[in-house]
Amino acid sequence: MYRSHVLVCGGTGCTSSHSNEIIEALESELKAKGLENEIKVIKTGCFGLCALGPIMIVYPEGCFYSEVKVEDVPEIVEEHLLKGRMVKRLIYDETITKDEIKPLNETNFYKKQKRIALRNCGVIDPESIEEYIAMDGYQALAKCLTEMTPEDVIQVVKDSGLRGRGGGGFPTGLKWSFTAKNAADQKYVVCNADEGDPGAFMDRSVLEGDPHCIVEAMTICGYATGATEGYVYVRAEYPIAVNRLDKAIRDARENGLLGKNIFNSGFDFDLHIRLGAGAFVCGEETALMTSIEGNRGEPRPRPPYPAVKGLFGKPTTENNVETFANIPQIILNGAEFFSSMGTEKSAGTKVFALGGKINNTGLVEVPMGTTLREVIEDIGGGIPNGKKFKAAQTGGPSGGCIPASLMDTPIDYDNLTAIGCMMGSGGLIVMDEDNCMVDIAKFFLDFTVDESCGKCTPCRIGTKRMMEILEKITDGKATLEDLDELEKLAYYIKENSLCGLGQTAPNPVLATLRFFKDEYIAHIVDKKCPAGVCKALLSYSIVEDKCKGCTLCSRKCPVGAISGTVKNPHTIDTTKCIKCGVCMDSCKFGAIIKK
Amino acid sequence: MKSLEELMAIRDKARAAMTDREGNGDGIRIVVGMATCGIAAGARPVLNAFVDEVAKRGLKNVTVAQTGCIGMCQFEPIVEVFEPGKEKVTYVKMTAEKVPEIVANHIVNGNPVLEQTVGAVVKD
Repeated sequence: MYRSHVLVCGGTGCTSSHSNEIIEALESELKAKGLENEIKVIKTGCFGLCALGPIMIVYPEGCFYSEVKVEDVPEIVEEHLLKGRMVKRLIYDETITKDEIKPLNETNFYKKQKRIALRNCGVIDPESIEEYIAMDGYQALAKCLTEMTPEDVIQVVKDSGLRGRGGGGFPTGLKWSFTAKNAADQKYVVCNADEGDPGAFMDRSVLEGDPHCIVEAMTICGYATGATEGYVYVRAEYPIAVNRLDKAIRDARENGLLGKNIFNSGFDFDLHIRLGAGAFVCGEETALMTSIEGNRGEPRPRPPYPAVKGLFGKPTTENNVETFANIPQIILNGAEFFSSMGTEKSAGTKVFALGGKINNTGLVEVPMGTTLREVIEDIGGGIPNGKKFKAAQTGGPSGGCIPASLMDTPIDYDNLTAIGCMMGSGGLIVMDEDNCMVDIAKFFLDFTVDESCGKCTPCRIGTKRMMEILEKITDGKATLEDLDELEKLAYYIKENSLCGLGQTAPNPVLATLRFFKDEYIAHIVDKKCPAGVCKALLSYSIVEDKCKGCTLCSRKCPVGAISGTVKNPHTIDTTKCIKCGVCMDSCKFGAIIKK
Repeated sequence: MKSLEELMAIRDKARAAMTDREGNGDGIRIVVGMATCGIAAGARPVLNAFVDEVAKRGLKNVTVAQTGCIGMCQFEPIVEVFEPGKEKVTYVKMTAEKVPEIVANHIVNGNPVLEQTVGAVVKD
């Protein structure tokens, strides 16, 4: 029995800011003080507040330390763990009120969150099957195998209203019933953990923080659909997730939760991991299965759908990590528990990875129907540096942007589709007034041009042509006819591409055209970039009245474009200027402007 | 894993080891003064005795925590018991041997052991 548990985040975000070293330091410091039998150190999954990592929570007090450094460890051990005095300077300031510690779930970041898929992340040791079981783990599987028929299981999932969290939003129960209906000597369950959207890391965090829930959910899916084997296709770029999942599978096997005759029910199931080599297109279900089979990851036309002819030509159910993560909770608490959350057609919660121009970058899980304003202003803590919110990109390179005027739209599948956006997997990139929307569209299109597998022409050549038009626009060389051509091409690619990658690739362009056409026109007609991002359309100049002649800028300029003498106003030679902005950053008097 | 009972047995065992992560809630808090003075006077064995006793009895909703200097160093080790809606009770000059009695009478049965409290000692 330990008197205190210290939980340190071992997610990728905190690991890259040295949480492993913190754990080592903590363990050796506890040993030095003779506390190793009194205090237990647990490496856990993502707490969600990645902006403030590395994160450490000390129980029973529930004291939340943020931005902990290795050097802080001796003080935490000496003061808090030995003497019981919390180290106030390290406590997340939102949790301190006068002399009291406010529970974490009352802070703005956690208050409006509802954690279903992330329920165990940051709570348990993901490498301990016992801790997962302590949180009612594998009980849902036991319930399915001992009390329910496969049809019952599918009915519960159907009634819960759960829809695919990978982006498409297809009803999960319906998907399972299609596979269940098709008789075959072998069927498969596939978990799509090939999370490729820039800025999205929900699936990674679930695998890192709660790998057993995926093992359990896939086994349940196998039972419901009649499959006996499953594959998890996970990116090789997620080493921590892969290791923990691998350990989870081995531990589950050892405990008889995978393998033959699970819970004495006669049901057999086993899981394998396949690593993806970092091709975005492999997140598309048919390409993913082709890749598991050992072939080049290219999509194929549907139908036949995977439920009929999937992996190795057999009926296959494929779901995303977050979709699976909801399953055990739905089985345990019933369909009603899940369908009562969220909106009518989008039940439950959704995990978002908050990134970009926002104070609390990190991972949040909110009920469907929460407005973008609540996510950004309340949970996300608003935009840094007092800047104005401009738009948020959802769904990464397949999605679109939500402008400030639609900030009060409740987020769910149908509302987002209605405004030409898409839920996507859950990346939410926040942009402020300094972001140029044409540049953003170019960024995402550049990504899809790179990631197009090249199998079908509209996607391979079409996206490249769109990219060229966008470059013309940001270079100030485009005409209004180019803009029409861009739009025409976008619709053509959407309608004629083979798979989801091409069908959604033009979305960022279309969405920005819809809400920010004036910015495109400013680039084309006025040859100006209103946000001051597109270099070709910018020029730097020095305001004579403000320049004190300190010479700092001319010394910093890498190309010697600034001339002038001491104590006299300087000038920039625009023919030499490479528009790097170093002069503007270094000027102490705000004398350099760009426009 | 062959049965639900087997799973539940593992669950209950693992859960017992994790109770202190459930936070304070509305339960009873036993707080041991663990500043330099308290530690020097022997607060550590007292703290461990409380943790063991609470675990042994499988008490739910009871947390054992530590705090800094309570301010009456001459009476260390000091232990304070906080119960929601009740006055706090302060035990002084604690030893590990006194712990089972306090847990049994006060924490389990709700009768503070008055002769060990600060009121009784200071009067003398």
